[in-house]
Amino acid sequence: MARRIEIRTSPHLKRALSVDQIMRNVVFALLPVCTFAIYQFGLSALLLLLTTTGVAIATEWFFARMSQGGNTVADWSVVITGLLLGLTLPPGFPLWMAAVAAFVGVALGKALFGGLGYNVMNPALVGRAFVQAAFPVAITTWTPAFAPNRFSELIPSTLTLPFMQPVPVGDWIAGLELDAWTGATPLALQKFQHVEVPVTEVFTGMIAGSAGETSAILILVCGLWLAAKRMLDWRIPVAVMAGAALTALPFWLLDGSLYPSPWFVLFSGGLMLGAWFMASDMVASPVTASGAILYGLLIGVLTVVIRLFGGLVEGVMYAILLANAAGPLISGWTQPRVYGAIKRARGPK
Amino acid sequence: MGLLSIFKRRRTFDHGIYPVEHKELTADRPIRRLPFAPELVIPLAQHKGAPAIPLVSVGQEVVRGEPIARADGFVSVPMHAPATGVIRAIALSPTADGPKTQAIFLKVYEAASQEVLYDLERDLDAMGPDEIVAAVQDAGLVGLGGAAFPSHVKMRPPSGRVIETVIVNGCECEPYLTCDHRIMLEQTDALIRGIRLALKATGAKQAIIGVEDNKLDAVAHLRARLSKDLPISAEAVETKYPQGAEKMLIKSLLGKEVPVGGLPADVGVAVYNVGTLAQMGDLLPQGRGLIERVVTVSGPAVDHPGNFLVPIGTPLRFLLEQVGLGDRAGEVILGGPMMGMAVASLDVPVTKAVSGVVALEREDPDLARRKVYPCIKCAECLKACPVSLNPSMLGELALARQYERMADAFHLDQCFECGCCAYVCPSNIPLTQYFRIAKSINRDQKRLKGNG
Repeated sequence: MARRIEIRTSPHLKRALSVDQIMRNVVFALLPVCTFAIYQFGLSALLLLLTTTGVAIATEWFFARMSQGGNTVADWSVVITGLLLGLTLPPGFPLWMAAVAAFVGVALGKALFGGLGYNVMNPALVGRAFVQAAFPVAITTWTPAFAPNRFSELIPSTLTLPFMQPVPVGDWIAGLELDAWTGATPLALQKFQHVEVPVTEVFTGMIAGSAGETSAILILVCGLWLAAKRMLDWRIPVAVMAGAALTALPFWLLDGSLYPSPWFVLFSGGLMLGAWFMASDMVASPVTASGAILYGLLIGVLTVVIRLFGGLVEGVMYAILLANAAGPLISGWTQPRVYGAIKRARGPK
Repeated sequence: MGLLSIFKRRRTFDHGIYPVEHKELTADRPIRRLPFAPELVIPLAQHKGAPAIPLVSVGQEVVRGEPIARADGFVSVPMHAPATGVIRAIALSPTADGPKTQAIFLKVYEAASQEVLYDLERDLDAMGPDEIVAAVQDAGLVGLGGAAFPSHVKMRPPSGRVIETVIVNGCECEPYLTCDHRIMLEQTDALIRGIRLALKATGAKQAIIGVEDNKLDAVAHLRARLSKDLPISAEAVETKYPQGAEKMLIKSLLGKEVPVGGLPADVGVAVYNVGTLAQMGDLLPQGRGLIERVVTVSGPAVDHPGNFLVPIGTPLRFLLEQVGLGDRAGEVILGGPMMGMAVASLDVPVTKAVSGVVALEREDPDLARRKVYPCIKCAECLKACPVSLNPSMLGELALARQYERMADAFHLDQCFECGCCAYVCPSNIPLTQYFRIAKSINRDQKRLKGNG
């Protein structure tokens, strides 16, 4: 009897979890955050997210074709990049600039390094860092949340023509006749006027800010869900938050009227989104458990240092990018102690 | 698992994985005897060490239990005739490992009895440690858990090392396999006799039987049979793969780690599989040799899975005919699915080290050829590796062909190919296979340098 048998190498069993499933779950975890951003900022936020995600996908597809590397869009990782990028931009950010950010993020931040798995830094943040430098005004132009007409008309700057200065939004905001619009985010208010917006407001997200960074509680819940599914290393966000809070604490104790409270530091700006969804980017973070903690702490400390003493209002982005760059080094320092070894394993020389 | 384990902590080791066990297929099937295959194939190298030297010639008649090959030196064991019959040939036979090896082909007489006629009664109590060691070698005993290392060699540790504890391995952490479970339940007296022999031969003060907590019935059964005056205890350990790996079980039970490059004897331990000791307790009193063993035949492609007492040398084709191998069969694996080897031919015989034969379905949904992605540094493999290697980094180095660096800077030689990293890898990277290749290239390089 001739029977066809197959030969494979051990292990002959495989856990049913693959990269595209993990990435898809990260996308699912981001959807509530996106939904809240659209609810809060209206059509402009929707167009912004669609633009960054669409351009990110198109860029990935284009480079995959160029390199004949097969279809890499299907692994869903580029969707995460697109969504995250959109969430970190001001809601009225001109769409053409958002497209540039998405293209640069995926092209320079990811494709140039060899695509999925090889990028040193988080591609969404690379894109954002580029437009931060290129369009300093647009990226710090904030619009109020819950504008009454947000589902019927766009923020004027959204549809700025390509290569044109953004359309000013001052008149539009004035037309909304809001009572308490100061034109600044809670972070800026704190930094420059030492006015601290109540923590409850920054926690729930009833404030101005980047499209998807305002509701700390929502981001926290989504992140925890992902961590519970073991698709996110809880050590990283926890370490980021610990690093930030512990760095902020002594200054606040020293002079609470000048420096922000640790609570405010945790729940304001992009810290939550950065900690849970960007610092935790698997590819760009250290692989060792102790390395992940060290890396998270570094991000937390750097964020607060930039916020308190740097020229910028927000420090999360540069903190993560710097820590990304230090990632391989941290991995090298923190190689696990091998079973039966007396000393720690030596890392790369 | 998960949160519960905080409250109900079983002894265990670091990392590891929890694959689906599939043990329910055969766990309550008592051990049954199988008929003889028309022809048995007994390879001369079924164990680690020097191959045995044939004692018989073609055409010679042999009796079930009679020695047919002798040990070649200390690290070697003899072979015994598994059935009464006539030697048809001494020639090359296919093996699971790939290359063909010398084997004795034994044509079984049609009316051959299952009774063993070749006896040599002995008084166990009168035997000293050295006599036991010699008797264990004469019985042709090797590690039946899969390692196939000659059992008597472990009773004589390198000079300067003292065996304090005999660890009896009843973990059976491989999915599908249940033969050790059945042995603990059905061959309890022989097992305890074997443990006492091992204690006497090694001079160890105590023996601990380590059993995964998915077999608590076996633990209870053993405890009921162990009299208080014996220095033998049975302990439950966490059900986690690869709990049954020697180094893991030592860590779980004693909290000690075998030093890098060392042996269990370096921490005063000798580890024996329950099947090995049950055979020892069974064979030594009568001076018999190892001629059959318990094998779990299971898997989704097997019609009637079960635990069988299989004569050594039974070709897989015959064995699988007895249990019914469906047309859906894809891979046929010797051993368990995590560390076992898929055979290229069903003419491969069951040898002393074969604890299981697992037949998986063709295009098994678990095995459907999945897309391999680049490493996304998710660190799942680091959390799974029981010896705390960095498989992610090792995998990248393997792709870059930096095999020496893998060994020098990242402890490649500590990898025992348990398969945990490849099992968890969401990118479906065949890490274990990379490491197997890297190790063999390093071995070749070392050999070349040694000769150069």
